[in-house]
Amino acid sequence: MQVKPFQPRDWDSHPPLIYPEYKSTVFRAPKKPLIPLKQSLSELTGPVYGHESVASGDSDLTQCARVSADPIGERIVVAGRVIDENGKPVPNTLVEIWQANAAGRYIHVNDQHNAPLDPNFFGAGRCVTDNDGRYKFYSIKPGAYPWGNHANAWRPAHIHLSLFGPTIATRLVTQLFFPGDPLLPLDPIFCSVPAAARNRLVAAFDLSVTEAGFALGYAFDIVLRGRAETPMEG
Amino acid sequence: MSGEPITLGQTPSQTAGPFFHSALLPDRGGYAYTGLAQSEVADAAVVGQQMSFEGTIVDGQGLPMPDALVELWQADAMGRYAHPADPRSSNAAFKGFGRAATDALGHFKFQTIKPGAIGDGQAPHLTLILFMRGGQNHLFTRAYFADETAANAQDPVLASVPADRRATLIASRTETGYVFNIRAQGDGETVFFDV
Ligand SMILES: [Fe+3]
Repeated sequence: MQVKPFQPRDWDSHPPLIYPEYKSTVFRAPKKPLIPLKQSLSELTGPVYGHESVASGDSDLTQCARVSADPIGERIVVAGRVIDENGKPVPNTLVEIWQANAAGRYIHVNDQHNAPLDPNFFGAGRCVTDNDGRYKFYSIKPGAYPWGNHANAWRPAHIHLSLFGPTIATRLVTQLFFPGDPLLPLDPIFCSVPAAARNRLVAAFDLSVTEAGFALGYAFDIVLRGRAETPMEG
Repeated sequence: MSGEPITLGQTPSQTAGPFFHSALLPDRGGYAYTGLAQSEVADAAVVGQQMSFEGTIVDGQGLPMPDALVELWQADAMGRYAHPADPRSSNAAFKGFGRAATDALGHFKFQTIKPGAIGDGQAPHLTLILFMRGGQNHLFTRAYFADETAANAQDPVLASVPADRRATLIASRTETGYVFNIRAQGDGETVFFDV
């Protein structure tokens, strides 16, 4: 069988495992170097969650947890493509997202931020990309929230994203940020990314994604590892 | 344009943070959302040797991590992955993927079946992916089985690991299955792979 392995994780694009300004990294990340692993069938396979695994409403966070009214906050559209390093679309792949509500509060039991929960907003959604790798979510713009990393620390508004891609080698968990946020240069999580790659995490305001009279649109493409040129033997 | 291949920069990884449960593992904690993956990877109907697979995750100070997520990917009892790249791809209901969050004591537990050897010379193993607050990049590791001594001795991945660190990749037998403790940093640090 000839299966092409994936390009390695590009460590010039990803943040370092230990970044002291982000305090939780200091004791939670390995200090010994990662050991290279030649990709085998175990890495060149992964869970398949196709269109049958999600409901169409799962990608509309403004409606999927609606109880009695629309959630409070600024409606947004977040849309883009999942592609690989070679520019090829990544079709039929699961995208899962989670975020705080407009007040900067997660539904999570451990979130103790003194800001209101919204009974009509759950803050989690998912969809599967189409044949061109496209995805689209409707949501509420998340609020900034304080955290205990350092004095007067605030996370910029962000949406967490989780993707599989074709196999477990392409697994990615990341965060989407919003353009012009004054908290970005103060956020050690955002700033831990090498400077040249940082802007890849900032969505672009896009009038063509914006829906007239309804919601501002943000475009955000996600680039996963691509296949290497040479097939593995096996 | 020339025939230069396109090279786009990879989207950088970011921590999953501490609040992923509502989206990734909503069945734990009573969230009003149905999860796609659970810690029960195989029920009693799946062919194979049933096993619990559990462990504790600690940090560099030996403190348990109460907010980590473990993902598990494995072959079925015949060593087949439920994926189109596996030519023997299982068409059974067994998906081979699970998620488990650690509890307040840093403990995670899966219920699954023991995987078979996939037939390329590697010993039976599970692939584990770790996410956590403070985990800027997810960590790949593997769990092998203590009672597969002969197969483990032939395994090329274990052979690529310094001998004095191999034990961190071997799950030990318990009454109901296997235990695999993970040390993210420090003495006895678990081997993590650059996949
Ligand atoms: Fe967050």
